[in-house]
Amino acid sequence: MTTVLQTFNLTKRFGGLVATNDVSIKVERGARQALIGPNGAGKTTLINLLTGVLSATSGRIELEGEDVTRLPVHARARRGLVRTFQINQLFAEMTPAESLAVAISEREGKGWRCLRPLGKRGEIMDECAALMEQCNLLDVKDRKTAVLPYGKQRLLEIALALAAKPRVLLLDEPVAGVPDGERREILNTVGALPEDVTILLIEHDMDLVFSFANRISVLVNGGLFVEGTNAEIARDPRVKAVYLGEEVVEGYHD
Amino acid sequence: MLTILFDGIAYGMLLFVLACGLSVTLGLMNFINLAHGAFAMVGGYVTVLAMQRLNVPFLLCLPLAFIVSAVMGAILERTLYKRVYGQSHLNQVLFSIGLTFMAMAMVDYFMGSQQQLLHLPEWLSGRSVIGGVGIGHYRLFVIVICVALVIGLQLILSKTRFGSRLRASVDDPRAASGLGININLVFLSTFAFGSGLAGLGGALGADLLGLDPTFPVKYMIYFLIVVAVGGTSSLTGPLVASLLLGVADVAGKYYIPTVGAFIIYCVMIIMLMWRPQGLFARAGGK
Amino acid sequence: MKATIAPRAAAVAAPDSLRAVGARWSRIRWFEIVFWVVAIGAAFVLPRGFLLLNELAILALFAVSLDLILGYAGIVSLGHAAFFGLGAYCAALLAKHFGIDPLLGLAISAALSALLGLVTSVLVMRGSDLTRLMVTLGVALILYEIANKMGWLTGGADGLTGVTMVPLFGTFEFDLFGRTAYTYSIIVVAILFFIARAIVHSPFGMSLQVVRQNPLRAAAMGVAVNRRRAAVYTLAAAYAGVAGALLAQTTGFASLDVLAFHRSADVMLMLVIGGAGYLYGGIIGAVIFKFMQDWLSGITPQYWQFWIGLLLVVIVVVGHEKLVRPWTWFRRGHGGKQ
Repeated sequence: MTTVLQTFNLTKRFGGLVATNDVSIKVERGARQALIGPNGAGKTTLINLLTGVLSATSGRIELEGEDVTRLPVHARARRGLVRTFQINQLFAEMTPAESLAVAISEREGKGWRCLRPLGKRGEIMDECAALMEQCNLLDVKDRKTAVLPYGKQRLLEIALALAAKPRVLLLDEPVAGVPDGERREILNTVGALPEDVTILLIEHDMDLVFSFANRISVLVNGGLFVEGTNAEIARDPRVKAVYLGEEVVEGYHD
Repeated sequence: MLTILFDGIAYGMLLFVLACGLSVTLGLMNFINLAHGAFAMVGGYVTVLAMQRLNVPFLLCLPLAFIVSAVMGAILERTLYKRVYGQSHLNQVLFSIGLTFMAMAMVDYFMGSQQQLLHLPEWLSGRSVIGGVGIGHYRLFVIVICVALVIGLQLILSKTRFGSRLRASVDDPRAASGLGININLVFLSTFAFGSGLAGLGGALGADLLGLDPTFPVKYMIYFLIVVAVGGTSSLTGPLVASLLLGVADVAGKYYIPTVGAFIIYCVMIIMLMWRPQGLFARAGGK
Repeated sequence: MKATIAPRAAAVAAPDSLRAVGARWSRIRWFEIVFWVVAIGAAFVLPRGFLLLNELAILALFAVSLDLILGYAGIVSLGHAAFFGLGAYCAALLAKHFGIDPLLGLAISAALSALLGLVTSVLVMRGSDLTRLMVTLGVALILYEIANKMGWLTGGADGLTGVTMVPLFGTFEFDLFGRTAYTYSIIVVAILFFIARAIVHSPFGMSLQVVRQNPLRAAAMGVAVNRRRAAVYTLAAAYAGVAGALLAQTTGFASLDVLAFHRSADVMLMLVIGGAGYLYGGIIGAVIFKFMQDWLSGITPQYWQFWIGLLLVVIVVVGHEKLVRPWTWFRRGHGGKQ
């Protein structure tokens, strides 16, 4: 088992507030790992630190053995570290087809090509079609993102990440706000990813966590509280205590 | 050299009075109001007109300039500005440039394009030499008035209810309005006050800076420098920035006249490169 | 949890239609062809009116150059005239002192403006919108002051006169009627326009849109946001420089006016009138602006600035969308964005 993503004493301070507290987390290749914790535990902050949206106050981040702590966001993305956002970050005035075509062309390193139109590049458009088929976006391919229903926007959010053919995928509450009926689609799409893609998932829905992940990290007050397999976490009374008042770790059957 | 320093301080304090309304507007409403200079121009012209046509004494013209500009600001805020608040910075810029062009053209039409000469009262003209430093009486007067204004502003901000409402609104408008603070009223009164101050500055500055229809465009860059470098989250930021700018400009024009004018621009660019969010902005400020 | 992406076969029905969709993005519309045929044809067909047409072509190119950074990359600039003016002075000086071929002068002016753009792009990337406004304004003001102070080179406030153009290709003289001038300008503008058109539909151009609409997401997609912005800023500077150079070459004159603030404000107004983000807005805006300027100057020669100001205020307060579609004035609710 190779470690594909690792942090060493990762800390983030905002003035006096410690948002991420000495987190040393390890993610193996092909892992299906979930990151859970009460609200305000710093899960999204950790994702922002891992991807470079926030710069660490101290500590180190290694991606496939390379120290990426000081690398900017786009450089980490180019190395295969891709994330989705909790609140959709889309291109409001572009259509899904346009957005995905750009994402694919960027991945292919064609982002500086400036003569032949993007729309006439057959392979890119073909891959775009395949991706939209997979994410059930074909019916809205030509409509501006801003007018799409929320569920489709969420699918596009996931599709944009998939377009990058990620090696490590960080999903920040992928089904947040999505009506129950449409959650299946999103989960299936994520589930269909190749086995060597490493996935770290932030999620509140415990059914989802237990059905998707095989390893769980619990974050509390910015620090790594406990880490283990689903069974270990489900049995851990401290985890239940930490979630007191919120969703309890129930419904898991070994 | 101390004379240069003194002149620079007078110039800087004047810039501060002129620019602080802009700083607060930007910090409070996130609105880039390039027409701010037009309010200053109005104050200057009101003063000139009142003194020439109505024989109003100079000292009385100052509060008059303040009031006229403040009222004008209030009217424009309620009718036009509030429709532009939510729009992009580009639109705000275009809107305020449009207002400025209109103001400049109207002043040109009614008053002509020549420089307006202000006749200062006797007791304000002239200069004395104290300890080897040339102290222009008018410049001293300007400094005194401006210092009084700064102290007054600081007191208002920190000791009055209005001040705390204002600070709350600048910090977080949504939270403030959730607390029951009437944001619209805060915006209106702040904008009016800021415009009034600009008018007062224009009246004070008519003698020092010159007054003609191109005033807003000529001095716009100075106000913007004060706000960009000094930040919008305090009074001290713009104050320090104004003083630095005033001294640098006066010294530059005196010692190196050929390049004097654009030392300022270079300094500004360097400062913005080094600290794009201004010298005094807090982390996370606009 | 299997490792299968939907097989190619199932996607076969989609690629045809998606390739068609993609092709539509950059397809040349009939009115584009008509427009350019008319614009270029006018050079050969019309008996006169070339001075006005020439000015229109130059303003259009200037507006298109601003559209590249404003409409496509979202960079707000209050000092775009800096590149226009630099191009103008450069071309004028090259012609006056070296008598070089107009096209070569054009190329050198473009290169110089591009260089200035590249250097100042560093300044423009940092900070907020306000900082950007300041910095771009500051650069234009600095250039203005330099031109003002270096009167021995630029002619100062009086302007640079005595610029005589060497005949184009050695045969076409720039005459008083301006036919050569307009033919020259419109062909240069047309070529540059189509290059810009290709660029905005290319992967690079589409990435600019992505950068403008959501820079955070763009970075997360692997786009080096600031590098793209610097590239398009440099390109736009070159285009503006060409516009300025064309002005100097076709009018034989360059003055401080080419660096004045109103040039930067005017070109923004042109984009506001015509609409930013689709290249033709610059052309439409330039034409409307010029006609308005002539009409209003006829009414109130000195105070036409008032009308420009009024127009800006009205456009912003009423809203560009509503202004351009009068039928939405009476409709409540969503008029539907295009």
